[in-house]
Amino acid sequence: MTRKQRRLVLIGASLGVLAVAAALVLSALRDSIVFFNSPTDVAEKHISPGTRMRIGGLVKAGSVERGDNLLVRFAVTDGKTDIGVRYQGIVPDLFREGQGVVAEGKLEPGGTLAADTVLAKHDERYMPREVVDALKKSGRWQEGEVQGAGGRPR
Amino acid sequence: MIPELGHYALVLALALGLIQSAAPIVGARGRDGALMRLANSTALMQFVFVALSFLALTICYVTSDFSVATVFENSHSLMPLIYKITSVWGNHEGSMLLWVLILSLFGALVAAFGANLPATLKAHVLAVQSWIACAFYLFILLTSNPFLRLAQPPVEGRDLNPILQDPGLAIHPPLLYLGYVGFSIAFSFAIAALIEGRIDAAWARWVRPWTLAAWIFLTVGIAMGSYWAYYTLGWGGFWFWDPVENASLMPWLAGTALLHSAVVMEKRNALKIWTILLAILTFSLSLIGTFLVRSGVLTSVHAFATDPTRGVFILAILMLFIGGGLTLFAWRASMLKQGGLFAPVSREGALVFNNLFLTTACLTVFIGTLYPLALEALTGEKISVGAPFFNLTFGPLFVALMFAMPFGPLLAWKRGDLLGVAQRLMTAFAIGIVTVAITFAVEGGQSVLAPFGVGLALFVMLGALIDLVERTGLFRLPLATVRHRAAGLPRSTWGTAIAHFGIAVSMLGIVCAATWGTERIISVKPMQSVSLSGYEFSFDGLVQRQGPNYNALVAKFTVRSGGVPIGTMEPSKRSFSARGMTTNEAALMSRALGQLYVSLGETNDDGSIAVRLYYKPMVLLIWFGAVVMMLGGALSLSDRRLRIGAPKPAAKSALAPAE
Repeated sequence: MTRKQRRLVLIGASLGVLAVAAALVLSALRDSIVFFNSPTDVAEKHISPGTRMRIGGLVKAGSVERGDNLLVRFAVTDGKTDIGVRYQGIVPDLFREGQGVVAEGKLEPGGTLAADTVLAKHDERYMPREVVDALKKSGRWQEGEVQGAGGRPR
Repeated sequence: MIPELGHYALVLALALGLIQSAAPIVGARGRDGALMRLANSTALMQFVFVALSFLALTICYVTSDFSVATVFENSHSLMPLIYKITSVWGNHEGSMLLWVLILSLFGALVAAFGANLPATLKAHVLAVQSWIACAFYLFILLTSNPFLRLAQPPVEGRDLNPILQDPGLAIHPPLLYLGYVGFSIAFSFAIAALIEGRIDAAWARWVRPWTLAAWIFLTVGIAMGSYWAYYTLGWGGFWFWDPVENASLMPWLAGTALLHSAVVMEKRNALKIWTILLAILTFSLSLIGTFLVRSGVLTSVHAFATDPTRGVFILAILMLFIGGGLTLFAWRASMLKQGGLFAPVSREGALVFNNLFLTTACLTVFIGTLYPLALEALTGEKISVGAPFFNLTFGPLFVALMFAMPFGPLLAWKRGDLLGVAQRLMTAFAIGIVTVAITFAVEGGQSVLAPFGVGLALFVMLGALIDLVERTGLFRLPLATVRHRAAGLPRSTWGTAIAHFGIAVSMLGIVCAATWGTERIISVKPMQSVSLSGYEFSFDGLVQRQGPNYNALVAKFTVRSGGVPIGTMEPSKRSFSARGMTTNEAALMSRALGQLYVSLGETNDDGSIAVRLYYKPMVLLIWFGAVVMMLGGALSLSDRRLRIGAPKPAAKSALAPAE
């Protein structure tokens, strides 16, 4: 096999693998990414039930209700709009009324979010970034509130 | 006084670094041996000064000198000594100092052990290494000075983030950094080769041990990080596809590809240009990882925009080295001579396949990690790309790679016999298929993919063993001959087989733990029992315990298997008063290769407590596999041919396993 042929085989194989990877990435991006919304976004955008999404805001004071089997219901607010969340499981240690929270799940026909993941802030100083952005949008964010490092500290 | 000394030592290191950035290159131009040799002393002294600086900062932490801002922010006088030391790198400033400490260590090692490198190559390598070092010294001194004093020293510190108060943190970041930063040597060698416009098989032989050493550290570092997340985050997960984790996975993937392409270059003098490019890309990914973790861009694109000093500085470093490296590559790569020919079906071909899939897999991780950031920066739209994306993209590519893995080492160089290799792998393949069938039957068709995963892992493990069996002639030659042949096999061959075996072991662990793990999330009252996968957990009650700087609420569980007590598990929640934070300490109990895992949720007024119970079969294999990979790498590193500084067979005394 000549150098030229070898090069063609190599380039062909590389393009083939890249094409497969591109197809995988595009289909995965279509199916598996989750959009973030603030409660006001949910109300304004008329998002159809069954959509998977993340919402962020503050846990509305006085809204947390506990049921059997670790069922928790609460409302997430950005100061303008509230959205109800239903979650079955253990909420994070720093989940409290009036504190920042991010919930991920499916929107139900009644307008509540059936969450399968609830994230609270990591420590006293950290606020999930989606929450900060949601509050900023609704004008409830005071500059100067401290933000620590988010995600997994390393 | 001590912080000022530390600061001063770092400034001196910068001054030495600036000299080392220029002098050796001027020396190499004018063939001035003395100027080139100057780099040896400056490299060693840079390390000494950075080490002094690091020592100074450590002393500040150990003596709880709260007049230093970073000590105040991240330490507490009541913390145990070990955490006072680990908090040195448990924050941005200190971890950057650790970064340059390791960078200067590698520079010093090249200076000390590179005696038989060609003088000009060594001079160029040390100069490039010093460019990187200077960029980071400046970054620390200008934007992240760890020695800043507070005008009014507080009496008590604000404590280290409690999540980081864990033995895992003591070893995880240094190991990870040894890996990240170790790739800088490969980068420096690549740039040096481009500057010289000359590259040969000997170059690959010099680069490979450094890359291998960095790869070993990175492998262990990632595995440690995964185990640490597994037991501290309390969800029983071992990999979250979090951007911070991806930041370390990307250099690992590229570094693994580099290790393999360097073999082709060393043995067959082919793939030169590609190897150089990979060396540049691998370190670039390490830099990108540093940028992602250190610039705050992950916390919020907006936070990055409002306080951009650090982020922009690292971004500038990134542009300079990645852009500069690639430009130099584009300009000079064509001057490098083409290497040997090979057929697509050959060992070289297999290694190209490996490189193609590893780099493509790396690319998918790259897209998944950076796409949300780019989208938010450009359109303001926020998305999260999680595990499903990576499982759908990275997964299939890695499966293809795993399937091809046993074929590679069995193929001959230049022109291989695929049919012959397939025949030799027939036993492994048959056993793999039978395993798929058995697993499928036993688990009753719950999952279709998992049995294939188990079969594939077994196929790869057996394939690695078959490689050794073929080479030693086991089962077909007399035992004495086999022993003789086994002793005569290069250690790198053993290393390859063992490392390949290791990754299959990890894969087996991942598949089993992810598919057949069971979990229960439940609220329990004292004296209540919960059963999970044949184990019975009875909750004996809650106890308070006092730690050095925290209060712990401990839940006691007695675990029974078939009615027989097998031990107690004591998960706890620690509350740290200094930061008003609680951490979850999961309790683990190993059962053969699986683990029982209990972590606590919230307590209720009626004395009940929410708990998460997990049974994770085979989960320990994930990390055992990484240890096996590390052993394979270490064995390969101890190969005489590759021993650092000994590119040619040396005298008998050099045969002692020094590493």
